[in-house]
Amino acid sequence: MQIVYQLLFLIVLVAAVWLFTHRVLAIRRNILLGRDTDLTDQPARRWKNLLLLAFGQKKMFRNPLVAVLHFFVYAGFIIINIEILEIIIDGLAGTHRIFAPVLGSLYLVLIGCFEILAVLVAVSCAIFLVRRNIIKLKRFISKDLDGWPRSDANYILLTEIVLMLLFLTMNTADQALQARGAAHYLPTGDFWVTGHFVPLFSGLSDSALIAVERGAWWLHILGVLAFLNYLPFSKHLHIILAFPNAYYTDLRPKGKMENMPAIQQEVLYAMQPELAANAPASDTVPKFGAKDIQDLTWKNLLDAYACTECGRCSAACPATQTGKALSPRLIMMKTRDRAEEVGRSKTPDTKSLLRDYITEEELRACTTCNACVEECPVSINPLHIILQMRRHLVMEESSAPQEWNMMFSNIENNMAPWKFSPDDRDAWAQ
Amino acid sequence: MQIKTMAEYFANGETPEVLFWIGCAGSFDQRAQKITRAFAAILDKAGIPFAILGKEETCTGDPARRAGNEFLFQMMAYNNIQVLNNYGVKKIVTACPHCFNTIKNEYPQLGGEYEVLHHATYLQQLIDNGRIKMKEGGAFKGKKITYHDSCYLGRANGIYEAPRQVLEALDAELVEMKRCRSKGLCCGAGGAQMFKEEEKGSTRVNFARGHEAVATGASVIAANCPFCMTMLTDGVKEAGKEEEVKVLDIAEMIEQNMQ
Repeated sequence: MQIVYQLLFLIVLVAAVWLFTHRVLAIRRNILLGRDTDLTDQPARRWKNLLLLAFGQKKMFRNPLVAVLHFFVYAGFIIINIEILEIIIDGLAGTHRIFAPVLGSLYLVLIGCFEILAVLVAVSCAIFLVRRNIIKLKRFISKDLDGWPRSDANYILLTEIVLMLLFLTMNTADQALQARGAAHYLPTGDFWVTGHFVPLFSGLSDSALIAVERGAWWLHILGVLAFLNYLPFSKHLHIILAFPNAYYTDLRPKGKMENMPAIQQEVLYAMQPELAANAPASDTVPKFGAKDIQDLTWKNLLDAYACTECGRCSAACPATQTGKALSPRLIMMKTRDRAEEVGRSKTPDTKSLLRDYITEEELRACTTCNACVEECPVSINPLHIILQMRRHLVMEESSAPQEWNMMFSNIENNMAPWKFSPDDRDAWAQ
Repeated sequence: MQIKTMAEYFANGETPEVLFWIGCAGSFDQRAQKITRAFAAILDKAGIPFAILGKEETCTGDPARRAGNEFLFQMMAYNNIQVLNNYGVKKIVTACPHCFNTIKNEYPQLGGEYEVLHHATYLQQLIDNGRIKMKEGGAFKGKKITYHDSCYLGRANGIYEAPRQVLEALDAELVEMKRCRSKGLCCGAGGAQMFKEEEKGSTRVNFARGHEAVATGASVIAANCPFCMTMLTDGVKEAGKEEEVKVLDIAEMIEQNMQ
């Protein structure tokens, strides 16, 4: 009978890992649909960002209370995974708590820490559910999240609570069985948290208790493997992509826009035609700005997949706050949705990120104030996408509000965005 | 006050200590012209030999670039860099954070490398090294002042302390708005919004910021940007407080209070 469980476990594990890998490769392919950009300079600064922003969650601490709760869930998630390792070895080898005899008293300390973290994770997730669904924080009830995204957030929190409770139930039943001297349940000493809850199970028979312990064990690991495969279809993917996103984040001052060397070159040739004669001929017509996801950089698309839809960007955005159509969070969600659509379709479609997903009205409401960039805990830059799309609108489609066209022509003709005579430029000094 | 152009310095074989980049708002906008005159007066009183480009100065291209017109930006940048490099300009100060950001961060890649300072930083240096001396008990002593962080000085370039230190020299009481420093709310003019009607929404950005500034109870809102100046002045007007609350540039405040 034991060998059947072991085989079953192996099959489930291999299937879960295979499916997860398959999805991860699809996401990688989608991200690489973006154009190339070199973000490997200054490795020391990049490692520092990875440590501070991703591991240290520096930006989260702009709101310390939420940061601490989030840190519990994050630390719990990473540290409790050591326990998953034991569960996987037990499942494959048919053993029970294989680390216990090896680690001796250290085992008790480890499990104790896991249990405390499990309680903290469950409590924090419960508080997060309350913030989302009962206190109804503005950024969580925003229409940005209507439909699937709002459910997604709740599913993640509920799943984490359930997984933690299963883990604690499993340990409590184990402790009860140990106390009764049941076969295979070797004494480990009292677990720090669940050791106190053993009396809860005093009314159960040995076989019922074993059923509870085994049931919780299986549901927990099946839940973990199912969650592993839910992850890359969900906003929860940020737990992985926050790390590369912090490493590859733009190191330029926030106010510096990306240069366009092709246009710089063209202007240079216009100004100094003698240089143009020796210029290498190019037969490709360059594209200016971004109309679809292929025109954005791979980092923009990595940003989109790293977004956890927390809405700190939109809560700080002057346009969103004053009821404009623009919401930087939606810019990221729409970019990801479009990347998914392009990645899935076998043949090119006639849609594009511009207009089918993001409207001109949204793009034109941006004040380039960088509040969204400043706020993002996982180093996403919605502004970079907005500015590339504005470049497409103006340079490829000549689409700009009338006032902007007047501003352009004033700059061209009067060297200032307003219609004043250049001769009066120093009139203030008279 | 005699204001000399770079061409005049050049003709006399002299070099000014610093080039004062006026910017289009500072040159043409009537309200911003007052800021320009105030800052020029400070430089003059402090005995700093400075030059302007005069009619040779043109738009840096910032609003064109942020609206999406890279061609126009590159043209403006090319011409400005030619002029600046021909005069061998080393150090530039400007009272406009948009010009500051563009010349400091975007021109180097196009061949224009200079030491560029926003006037907030420059004023702080002049106060620190004693080249500006303040009057005892000036016009702002004990008054409540709130400071509005412009996006292009603040978040874009991380300069939050210099303007506050300048204001400290006025012996005033500095009160912060709820959204300040890296959390500061935009005035609504950046990204070429200054040159177009706002998109439709529930309110205007400058109304929101104006109300927030007025709510501090300050009698002066200190600004460091000619666009913020326009937007906040309108915001304060909309809040019905134009009599009680003045919007002033930090240069105007220092100029009023220096010996």
